[in-house]
Amino acid sequence: MNKAKDIVLIGGSAGSYTLIVQILEALPQRFDAAIAIVIHRNPRFTTKIEETLSIKLRRSVIQPRDKTAIAPNIIYFAGPGYHLLVEPDWTFSVDVSERIHFSRPSIDVLFDTAAEVYQDRCTAFLLSGANQDGADGIRRVREMGGKAIIQSPDDALIATMPTYAIQANAESDVYDDQQIISFFRKLT
Amino acid sequence: MAKLISSHITFQELQDIVELLGKVSGFDLSGYSKSSLKRRIQRILDLEQMDVVDLKNAIVNVEGFQTYLINEVTVNVTEMFRDPRYYMALRGDVLPYLETFPRLKLWSAGCSTGEEVYSLAIVLAEADLYKRSFIYGTDVNSNVLETAKKAIYPLKRFKIYSENYNATGTCNSLSDYYTAMYDAAIIRADIRKNVLFSQHNLATDYVFNEFQFISCRNVLIYFDLELQRRVFQLFYESLSEFGFLCLGAKETMVNHEIRSKFKVVNKEFNIYQKIK
Repeated sequence: MNKAKDIVLIGGSAGSYTLIVQILEALPQRFDAAIAIVIHRNPRFTTKIEETLSIKLRRSVIQPRDKTAIAPNIIYFAGPGYHLLVEPDWTFSVDVSERIHFSRPSIDVLFDTAAEVYQDRCTAFLLSGANQDGADGIRRVREMGGKAIIQSPDDALIATMPTYAIQANAESDVYDDQQIISFFRKLT
Repeated sequence: MAKLISSHITFQELQDIVELLGKVSGFDLSGYSKSSLKRRIQRILDLEQMDVVDLKNAIVNVEGFQTYLINEVTVNVTEMFRDPRYYMALRGDVLPYLETFPRLKLWSAGCSTGEEVYSLAIVLAEADLYKRSFIYGTDVNSNVLETAKKAIYPLKRFKIYSENYNATGTCNSLSDYYTAMYDAAIIRADIRKNVLFSQHNLATDYVFNEFQFISCRNVLIYFDLELQRRVFQLFYESLSEFGFLCLGAKETMVNHEIRSKFKVVNKEFNIYQKIK
């Protein structure tokens, strides 16, 4: 099975959804990386993010199941109620361990495990949100040789999450929305 | 904070720990999903403020530490009527079939603190099947089984349990099935009657009975494909003809050959029936 050699991560919470849609709309038809996204969402309300986006974008938008191989050109969303993790054999796993920063799925969990497996082939974006999830994950991505980018708090609808991540990670890259969208437009 | 950064364990260290534990105890974690297990071990190191050397030393030399480690590594998140629509699916797709068996043996594998076992007992009782049923709850973690046997839970949890239960489309009230006292609640005696909890390790133990129904939800996600294969074989051998196997929402049999011996009864909730 063909597995993605590069992974691009997006972590967002309150106020990030509109930008995520813009990002995905900007994507080229074909790219070799896999995209994995964690948005904080409540398992008690069924949302149809994947279905809606699949139709809107006319491409595969998937909630990975346990041990799903990470494939190129696919957009994955962490399902509500489960952490999404990357395993060393380039598959996803899920678990229901403790919430991190009151969140399951947690951005830190995905970023931490993906950073370790993909190392310098991992790029992570942390967007708008109202809590502190993602700051540790950003640090891990950088430690493992990956590239970490934080949305400019000036552009974020709710600046708490990016602001905290910037404070916790001196010298991290901060992009405004146009720079972020531009990155995805040129994704290979 | 600096210590936390430098103390992240590597996959190699994880493997060393797993091998050591396997050598000096009966606990075999070699088939666990690596990244998930690594985070569990990391969590224990952070909680106990240990490094890898401390941990290995404790595994070998500290009495009771091996059991503590296993109990902490295993994840024990459960609720009564977790995923309410799963219980609706049981009522609609499974119970009408189970009714045709003269005696019912059910197995909740990885039952944690027992909430699922009692939820099943309630659903069976409401279908007038409980008096001819017996439910076995097993887990690798000895601590949670003690809670399961007592059937006493913090009262504050029953707010969510009741919401779940109401969402299963019942006309009854969950409060009919427990007695509250101070800040705790005990499951009613007639619901506790036909259940048995015991320790069983899916990674190393074998078939112990024949069942018409096995529920194993959110357990296989912690296992790699090889260990999953073992467990599916174990379930297959433990099921009677036309017995049911229920998995968690994110779990799937598609990666395994044994899938061909089962029919999908409910795709959304991963309910399978043994047909060969």
